[in-house]
Amino acid sequence: MAIGTHRVVVGAHYGLRDWLTQRATAVVLLVYLLVLTVRILFAGRMDYDAWASTFVPLGMKIATLIALVALAYHAWIGMRDIWMDYVWATGVRLVLQLGTILWLIACLVWAVQILWKV
Amino acid sequence: MPNRRPIRNISISDLVHYRLPVPGMLSILHRASGALMFLSLPALLWLFDLSLRSEASYEHLKALASNSLVRILLVGAAWALLHHTCAGVRYLALDLDMGVDRPAARRSAWIVFAVSGLLTAFAALVVFGVL
Repeated sequence: MAIGTHRVVVGAHYGLRDWLTQRATAVVLLVYLLVLTVRILFAGRMDYDAWASTFVPLGMKIATLIALVALAYHAWIGMRDIWMDYVWATGVRLVLQLGTILWLIACLVWAVQILWKV
Repeated sequence: MPNRRPIRNISISDLVHYRLPVPGMLSILHRASGALMFLSLPALLWLFDLSLRSEASYEHLKALASNSLVRILLVGAAWALLHHTCAGVRYLALDLDMGVDRPAARRSAWIVFAVSGLLTAFAALVVFGVL
């Protein structure tokens, strides 16, 4: 595909795929955030029982897990963009990117554990 | 391939004199707020854990959230989420070719700052126990 007269933008397509994934995960997160906000606003008085019971139904656990996976993927693409923009030394960038992935997986596993204890 | 000037990043000393347009301000804060939330994920998960583990840990969280420093950090986290979300909605609209021309893009950037600012103020009132 030629854009303008010079630039040819065909390639491995990973750029487009990640760009699109970041938008898709953003929409997932937006919907989840709105659902949770509505849930809290209409919960009436918020105490431990009201808050904890929000996350008891399996449906809510699954929805929350989907949102968290979307969050991890979304944050990965965003952080990868930041490292690509500011860290030009390949070795350092690789270490930071690997650290980002491990950081996100660790958070995801912890979140699952928190969620399934309720 | 036409000759191009070498690309370089703006240097720190340039930043002081550089007046970023409003959409640019929104953009760099979108990035900063995202990075901030990425870094504070474990802290946020810890709070989430406290809120759900037991009645006692829930009360512990409430006691913790009566500390002024913790309150300021919580409002900071709320701002990061709200700015990132509002600016994100604007970007989704831009990707759909909505409001792409410069006056519209400037206007929508102002709207994002106004809406996320108001929502953050609301969050601050809740965190500080006014509401």
